[in-house]
Amino acid sequence: MCRPQVVAAYPISPQTHIVEALSDLVRTGELAQCEYLTVESEFAAMSACIGASAVGARAYTASASQGLLFMAEAVFNASGLGLPIVMTVANRAIGAPINIWNDHSDAMALRDAGWIQLYAADVQEATDLHLQAFVVAERTSLPVMVCMDGFVLTHAVEEVDLPEQEQVDAFVPPFVPQQLLDPDDPVTIGAMVGPEAFTEVRYLMQQRMDTAIGTVAEVAHDFREAFGRSSGGLVRGYRLEDADTVLVTLGSVAGAATEVVDELREQGIAAGTLTLTCFRPWPDEAVREALAGARRVVVLERAFSVGRGSIVGQDVRDSLHDLPVTVVEAVGGLGGRPVRRSDVRRLVEGVAADLLPTGRLHFLDLDHALLASAGVR
Amino acid sequence: MTSTRETRLYQVGTFAAGNRLLDLEDRSVQAHPDRTNAITSGHRACRGCGEALGARFVLDAAVRAAGGDLVTANATGCLEVFSTPYPESSWQVPWLHSLFGNAPAVASGMAAGLRAQGRATRVVGQAGDGGTVDIGFGCLSGMFERNDDVLFVCYDNQGYMNTGVQRSGATPPAARTATTSTAGDVPGNPFGQGKSAPLIAMAHEIPYVATATVADLRDLEDKVTRAMEHHGARYLHVLVPCPLGWAADPSDTVRLARLATESGLFPLFEAEHGEVTGVTPIRHRVPVDDYLRLQGRYAHLFGEPGRPDLVARLQAGADRNIARFGLLEEGGDRP
Repeated sequence: MCRPQVVAAYPISPQTHIVEALSDLVRTGELAQCEYLTVESEFAAMSACIGASAVGARAYTASASQGLLFMAEAVFNASGLGLPIVMTVANRAIGAPINIWNDHSDAMALRDAGWIQLYAADVQEATDLHLQAFVVAERTSLPVMVCMDGFVLTHAVEEVDLPEQEQVDAFVPPFVPQQLLDPDDPVTIGAMVGPEAFTEVRYLMQQRMDTAIGTVAEVAHDFREAFGRSSGGLVRGYRLEDADTVLVTLGSVAGAATEVVDELREQGIAAGTLTLTCFRPWPDEAVREALAGARRVVVLERAFSVGRGSIVGQDVRDSLHDLPVTVVEAVGGLGGRPVRRSDVRRLVEGVAADLLPTGRLHFLDLDHALLASAGVR
Repeated sequence: MTSTRETRLYQVGTFAAGNRLLDLEDRSVQAHPDRTNAITSGHRACRGCGEALGARFVLDAAVRAAGGDLVTANATGCLEVFSTPYPESSWQVPWLHSLFGNAPAVASGMAAGLRAQGRATRVVGQAGDGGTVDIGFGCLSGMFERNDDVLFVCYDNQGYMNTGVQRSGATPPAARTATTSTAGDVPGNPFGQGKSAPLIAMAHEIPYVATATVADLRDLEDKVTRAMEHHGARYLHVLVPCPLGWAADPSDTVRLARLATESGLFPLFEAEHGEVTGVTPIRHRVPVDDYLRLQGRYAHLFGEPGRPDLVARLQAGADRNIARFGLLEEGGDRP
């Protein structure tokens, strides 16, 4: 619907059906004026997107997990060159041990790649975020990852409101590149930059990312105006008013989180939840504003930094550094383990009762029997 | 003798490329007043750099063939480093450098992006031997296999010269590099199986494959021009001596390229769709010694006691090339 002009992709579970469907759309002509490149690796997929974008074509790819890491060098390169490529990440664990199921280790490993990262809470939002992603990317000249939980969202069968093509065309205007390889006006892109200017180039990237916070919010606002549906944006709060204890998540756990909050409210626990849609750039003000009234925050994420702990939790704690808010860090749903409502409820109840100490990473769903059988105490 | 020199001046097809006394249509691209100067002067290549010379002739010929409508993708390497020290650039053509190992895929993406927009702009990808036969090889093979509309040019100086002369998959046997020193029983680069990128390109049966050197620049221009007459994946492998990496005199760059072909070590040929369509016969065959002795990277073969056994193995490789490609069949002299 967003009329990409070049799709270059390498199949990997759980992304395969996305690129299969795109291949069909190009072959049948339903997706017109689009070239589909069946590349030999993810590294080539992102590299081809770089070439296509540099000659002024709207470029798209999709990947996950090992594929995302295999293309990592080109992922950093795309943002360094300021090319507005859009990539779907069908979030999947990273091996070893090899595992094809969902968690966020892949996208989090590329946290610092200079890409905008948007996380979809459900299938409808995944659809809507793709429309918004092309607009955000091309307006900021930054690449965007649309992260959707592998299998949980990529293979969910849900009713989705697909906008009309005319509406999409009005919302996603034709790509006007901010830099272009043009034989009539030759430019050099990707020159060797030494210590005398490298810092300034990186500074400009940071500045552009800061600006992108406003763009992400603005495009979500425009989307609501155009389609009458609230989708995307920076963060989304649920029952945050008077909430003592707030559960912070990103991705598809948002659904379970809102249900748990409702249950806890019925039990008289003043709980709320905050879903992070935009993780990079980090929406510091929006997070701070949303959580400023809370006494306790628990961050539950599907990845962690081995040897350190919570990834998103560090950012949340940093946003709240001068406020009297306790931040508890938890990880769950790794490698496709379902995040059960009962586990989430127990986690939030524990935090609300000040039973979980801060300063360490809590595992939501450890199988202690399995560990014991492996001789681990 | 004087008359011979005058004849050579007017002769088309000598090694001379800069003949400005010919009619415009008979001139080399480089001798033509409207040449592009695709990579213009002021860059920071070493004295006697074969790659700078090769890139200039290749791109000017390609731009001419494309009627000025051309974009380029460049791999990381000497060519990228010496031509674009920010804020300077030597490139007078649209030029993109992305990474070391992805130039063929970037070029494929450019070709796809241009086709999707209905533009007839041509695409040239270029890399050194490291970016072509080693780290970029997967992307290159993918580009060949899909027959993407790209001319890919390898400037082969037989090693990782940009990072300080380490061995690459294109480094010839017995050559000394920073990672194949002369210590040990077999000094220099081991005698492996070799890796002929042009022959591997031919195995993909792509429309056009050719080898060339900076010794015969007219031939190099002609091959670029012929490559540009084709669409689909095309591959040009250009031998570009590196005075620094080969420990040779900068004034010997062109001589070394010529001796590489006249010894049979670097055969010149063209192929279409997997079949050899032409070879450049050796005019005055020379023993490999003539080529090797000019280069410090082979000095360990010629000291006392020297390694005549290894020189013989290199000669055998050259002989094999001569037999395989029929390099003496059109009347070349025997040494």
